[in-house]
Amino acid sequence: MLTLKKISKTFNPGTVNEKKALDRVSLELADGDFATIVGSNGAGKSTLFNAITGAFYVDEGQIILAGENITYVKEHVRSKVIGHLFQDPLKGTAPHMTIEENMALAYLRASTAAHAYFSRINGREKQMFREQLALLNMGLEDRMKQPVGLLSGGQRQALTLLMATMVTPRILLLDEHTAALDPATAEKVLALTRRIVAERRITCLMVTHNMHQALELGNRTLMMDGGNIVLDIQGEERENMTVDALLQKFRDQAGRQLDVDRILLSE
Amino acid sequence: MGSIFTFSILQSALELGCIYSLVALALFISFSILNIADLSTDGCFTLGCSVGAVVTIAGHPFLAFPAAMAAGVCSGFITAFLQTRMGVPSILAGIIVNTGLYTVNIAVMGFSSSVNLFGCDTLFGLAKDLSGAAWYGGWYKIVIVAAIVLIIGVILSWFLNTRLGLSIRATGDNEYMVRASSINPVFTITVGLCVANALTALSGAILAQYQKSCDINLGTGMVTIALASLIIGETIIGKGGMFKRVVGVILGSCLYRFIVAVALRMSVPAECLKLVSALIVAFAISFPYLKGKASFYRARRMPAGIGGGDGDDEC
Repeated sequence: MLTLKKISKTFNPGTVNEKKALDRVSLELADGDFATIVGSNGAGKSTLFNAITGAFYVDEGQIILAGENITYVKEHVRSKVIGHLFQDPLKGTAPHMTIEENMALAYLRASTAAHAYFSRINGREKQMFREQLALLNMGLEDRMKQPVGLLSGGQRQALTLLMATMVTPRILLLDEHTAALDPATAEKVLALTRRIVAERRITCLMVTHNMHQALELGNRTLMMDGGNIVLDIQGEERENMTVDALLQKFRDQAGRQLDVDRILLSE
Repeated sequence: MGSIFTFSILQSALELGCIYSLVALALFISFSILNIADLSTDGCFTLGCSVGAVVTIAGHPFLAFPAAMAAGVCSGFITAFLQTRMGVPSILAGIIVNTGLYTVNIAVMGFSSSVNLFGCDTLFGLAKDLSGAAWYGGWYKIVIVAAIVLIIGVILSWFLNTRLGLSIRATGDNEYMVRASSINPVFTITVGLCVANALTALSGAILAQYQKSCDINLGTGMVTIALASLIIGETIIGKGGMFKRVVGVILGSCLYRFIVAVALRMSVPAECLKLVSALIVAFAISFPYLKGKASFYRARRMPAGIGGGDGDDEC
């Protein structure tokens, strides 16, 4: 589904702040793959996501999504088929627009033809939004006329997830999308993620700092360090991997002591 | 006080309020929705006025309106182009276009600083002849401008709920969301500013026919006046759906005109009107902030346990 061919990105080239954020990263995600990504801060995880969504163009290499070379396709064109959730739950929805309007925007953006600038949401579609909201079990289906700014972070993140997958994306990028939520809400949003991804067989990449999640969710675990993917396990190797062993790998690969990270990463 | 609120004051406040409400609606799009301070409004208003006047003089009172709107679209497009494609900061883009429009406006009026429309057919003149009924003679102007504003208001609130309208609203509301959801901000900002400036220019063209003249300095301070109307409207109506907010902006514009009319009636010299509008805008914008401050001080002055604060934990 997604193929990255030796993509590189250097920020501030030629200055003292030069930073090689991605260093010839290659990755092949099969259709329906759900890969988790771990890595310390600055390892290039978010940069990798931004390269895929097109927030910047890569310096070299190719990005191929569903057989189409999108390396130089503009960001807003790519995002028709890419779902992207941020860590900050405020980033995914428009606070002064109602729940219904936010969903309408998500629904209209990708489902209709290019000439549908003046299309509006009809009653049947409103009913569909209501049914989808009801599945969240958050009581949002009765608050569809309220501005999204009134919702809690967890509710907004759940809504963002719903919006990102309303029209099934070719790939879903989750950038620590539960990290800013309280444990109970995070669990709920995670369960929702799991269900939606499994039901629609969405190809998915998820950044996490939680080693349990990294091994338990999905079918593949990647580790990034210094702008490259340093570990890629799946199948039997992954099933036999323990949290401690993964942490050990983390430490070995990074080649430095990660006691602070251990505190942060393990439960 | 009874003598202040005469019928004719109310009438002309309504007429001017409706005409200028189109500029307030334009700022509603650019300032409230897109979150862009479009300072080309002054020049664009005069542009609409002069284009409208010139086309009316040429004998096309109806064509004057679409012509003025087309001119407004061009002006809005240039402002948008500068800020989305040329990297000019949005406020500066407006100022640059505003400066350039001064020359354009003079050129449109045949390199003269004013033109007058006496003896030309205007929308108002033609409408006056439609009916000879006694009541109609005093009301035809209001009927026309109210009808125009009503039509524009309905179309605008419909438009803002279409896919394109929702995209424009999201553009000003959350830039991260826009980046992640296939909205092209270059496109939505351009469309938004074109629509806004078309409304500003339309307002100018209606005013040209209403007062049968056009002057190069007509637009000076227009952005402040429209902002005052907009903020008065948003304060009295509050939050709500698009149609409600659009109606609020129109009401705000009429209310502003009424305040100005009362001020004039209370023998405030006409030269001071700009200062009055500046004071109204400054007060209206700072009002919500001052209200918040006031409740904070009230809470602090309360004895501990009632107000909840002990005064030490401010800011």
